[in-house]
Amino acid sequence: MKKSKHYLLPDISRPEKAGCRLPELDVPATELPSGELMRQELVLLEVSEVELVRYFTSLSRKNYGVDTGFYPLGSCTMKYNPKWHEDIARFPGFQDIHPYQPAETVPGAMQLMSELQELLAEITGMDATSLAPMAGAQGELAGLLMVRAYHRSRGQDHRRKILVPDSAHGTNPATAAMCGLEVKTIPSNGDGNLDLKSLADLLDEESAALTLTMPTTLGLFDPQISEISAIVHERGGLLIGDGANLNSLLGKVKFGDLGFDCVQLNLHKTFSTPHGGGGPGSGPVCVKTILADFLPSPLVAKDKKRCQFISPPRTIGRLGAAGGNFGVMVKAYAYIRSLGAEGLKEVSENAVLNANYIKEKLKPHYQLPYDRTCMHEVVFSGKRQKAKGVATLDIAKRLLDYGFHPPTIYFPQVVEEAIMIEPTETESKETLDAFIEAMVEIAAEAEHSPEQLHGAPHSTPVRRLDEVGAARKPVLRWKMK
Amino acid sequence: MPSPYIPNTDQDRASMLRDIGAGSVAELFQDIPARFRDVPFHLPPPLTELELKGEMSELSRQNACLDEYVCFLGAGYYRHFVPSVVGHITGRSEFYTTYTPYQPEASQGVLQAIYEYQSLVCQLTGMEVSNAGMYDGGSAAAEASLMACRITGRRNIAVLSTVNLRYREVIGTYGRGQDITMHELPPDFKEMPDKCACLVVQQPNFFGYFEDVARYAKLAHDAGALLIVIFDPISLGLFRPPGSYNADVAVAEGQPLGNPLNFGGPGLGIFTCRQEHLRQMPGRIVGQTIDAEGQTGYVLTMATREQHIRRERATSNICTNEALVALAATVYLAAMGKNGLRRVAELCYHKAHYAAENISKLKGYSLAFKQPFFKEFVVRCPQPLEKINRILRKEKIIGGLDVSHMVDNGMLLCVTEMNSRQEIDRLVSILGSL
Repeated sequence: MKKSKHYLLPDISRPEKAGCRLPELDVPATELPSGELMRQELVLLEVSEVELVRYFTSLSRKNYGVDTGFYPLGSCTMKYNPKWHEDIARFPGFQDIHPYQPAETVPGAMQLMSELQELLAEITGMDATSLAPMAGAQGELAGLLMVRAYHRSRGQDHRRKILVPDSAHGTNPATAAMCGLEVKTIPSNGDGNLDLKSLADLLDEESAALTLTMPTTLGLFDPQISEISAIVHERGGLLIGDGANLNSLLGKVKFGDLGFDCVQLNLHKTFSTPHGGGGPGSGPVCVKTILADFLPSPLVAKDKKRCQFISPPRTIGRLGAAGGNFGVMVKAYAYIRSLGAEGLKEVSENAVLNANYIKEKLKPHYQLPYDRTCMHEVVFSGKRQKAKGVATLDIAKRLLDYGFHPPTIYFPQVVEEAIMIEPTETESKETLDAFIEAMVEIAAEAEHSPEQLHGAPHSTPVRRLDEVGAARKPVLRWKMK
Repeated sequence: MPSPYIPNTDQDRASMLRDIGAGSVAELFQDIPARFRDVPFHLPPPLTELELKGEMSELSRQNACLDEYVCFLGAGYYRHFVPSVVGHITGRSEFYTTYTPYQPEASQGVLQAIYEYQSLVCQLTGMEVSNAGMYDGGSAAAEASLMACRITGRRNIAVLSTVNLRYREVIGTYGRGQDITMHELPPDFKEMPDKCACLVVQQPNFFGYFEDVARYAKLAHDAGALLIVIFDPISLGLFRPPGSYNADVAVAEGQPLGNPLNFGGPGLGIFTCRQEHLRQMPGRIVGQTIDAEGQTGYVLTMATREQHIRRERATSNICTNEALVALAATVYLAAMGKNGLRRVAELCYHKAHYAAENISKLKGYSLAFKQPFFKEFVVRCPQPLEKINRILRKEKIIGGLDVSHMVDNGMLLCVTEMNSRQEIDRLVSILGSL
């Protein structure tokens, strides 16, 4: 990353500059409508192409990506994204087609979607898939809307409670609220697993479902999964999976076998499509037969040789104006086809191996709240450093000076001063060793020269930012006159 | 051969396992009950880059690609010119391989670009504030109606029947989750239904025609409801922006701003509103601030509205959005600038009117509506649409959307700056020969 002078687009805008030339009108002009429909004045930029390119290039240099270096952001699966998948997604026949073209004019795209539905159903051990959700949180929304529709169809619309573990992602309770469901929080026990007794106590006639991330956000596989599934189903509830952590089970374990009725995936995490600075994503939902009729519209149905968009008979409806984020699906499809079953298994095995390696190497230096084998990520606590006056935030910021992106911090909330590290399978042992060395040095700094950490980062394009001030007096845009 | 994406060698793995104190990788999976582990996965065999590129290229070539076919299809997704500079900037991997900017010191590039996006969208729409974007136009409209319910404390919403059917469906999906009742109103309605949180209108409407938005603004506001406007961002190069006719929330599909069609996704949900509703807005927002040395910098702000802080009391569950598409829109708006955007809108307007005039002169064809329109219009055709579109396809033309369920033999045609006079003349001549 590189420091450079701060300026904004209006600072390089001058009359008579242009970033693009457009052709002259080649048809006779028609009179414009009456004045009240017309825009009085359009105040927008006038910037030349070269200045524009330099501006955005300088911005890009103030940013850190997976291509820049190690990005162990827990729960986000920041793995390397193969370059050729980007090229495939840009094939004109994939990129330059309209969503409302008749299906018979886009058989290749329809076939790709149809196959991806099946591939994801096989990978998750489910019976049917809808690719419609445009991100993980929208996949969750689809899941819980299906839960409601399912219970309503059985005359059980009174089932309005969703049980959510205390370690869950914030999207889980937020989604439940969007679906008119009441959230009941279940505590974790001392091993980081779900507290079965609390689950049994909270499950009642009004419970609609348990939403469970597996492995959990503590990076642990809950060995009680069969008991959990049994008790939820016995009491008439559904088991809904948050597939955020699928990277650790890929090619090894199927959600369907574990008893889940529905799981939402994040193609932009597990299936190696880049995250784009916050999107686009894609959040397909895979379900067992009992929920298939409720899937969000559209699905691609294969009838003999022809593929068509269809709407499931009792669909919860559409989630967007088209069929989902096709550009992301193309990359995920390429990923699965290029790896095959053995390749996917290699992914999860190396992801889990890398995380356990970091866990063992850092255990002497950082407090490990759950000292057991982890899956694809490991959660430490910065408690020991906190006692020396060094917060987890300081550790994270100091890592930037060592050239690494920080892990996820302060999540899950059930771990005090949480430091959540997800190395992914695409990192070499050399990279992991360099990161471990940096973390060990930072632990030593926290011990001997905590002030070094309070001021960190020292080497980034900007220093620590005033977030409180930003929220108190919001400056959310520039104005041009 | 080893995987190009897994750099660990067998030797590395052996040495790491030794450090962990495990005999094998399998041991690391022992928390998972044995019967669930290492089950068979029936997937096609792996292919190399060379093989799969060939196969997928063939798959892509089965599609009627619009750089080969002439396109008169719109209805919410539009084929506009995308200058090369857009792809070159969004193709910088510092942008596209980064996560949501949670660590601002390592994310100033993305954060400042979103600040530019928010600013440009506000300049374009005349609205006071913009968020960093939603999934698409449809879900942005749905979130806008939920926001109106939160602001007014009401559980009914009104939507004009001239709003894109797909958008109405998405609004319905989101509304059902919270038991919100949706009323569909004809364009000539005289009175708002009781206790509505909002009135949702589209300008220009689904059929391409301009609505009397001033009338709708008054009807909505007199009933204590918010006016939610779905707009076409390209139209704002020439026509009145929602901020100038009292919209409370204005949303749009942002795909036309510098993005290919991509078979409908990824798109971009543009979401803007009045300043007073800022704290009820869904989605990410970037704000300007200063760092410890007083330098200007940017952060994600107003996060107390969001799911990762507020959990079940958040304004929305949205987390990942469409940041890279928003970056493309930013570069597009900056590259086009005020003169370019106006020119694009003018080209669309004049070419669409040239096409409409010439088609309406053909025997058996007429325009279905009389109001002024922008780049789309509905033609009544002498024959069923399916047949007409099939004939057009043989001539390598993708015709307009079949709207015969709303207008007899109706075709919704779209003409943009991408359509040359020659293409329009060819369309007219084929339609005339049927």
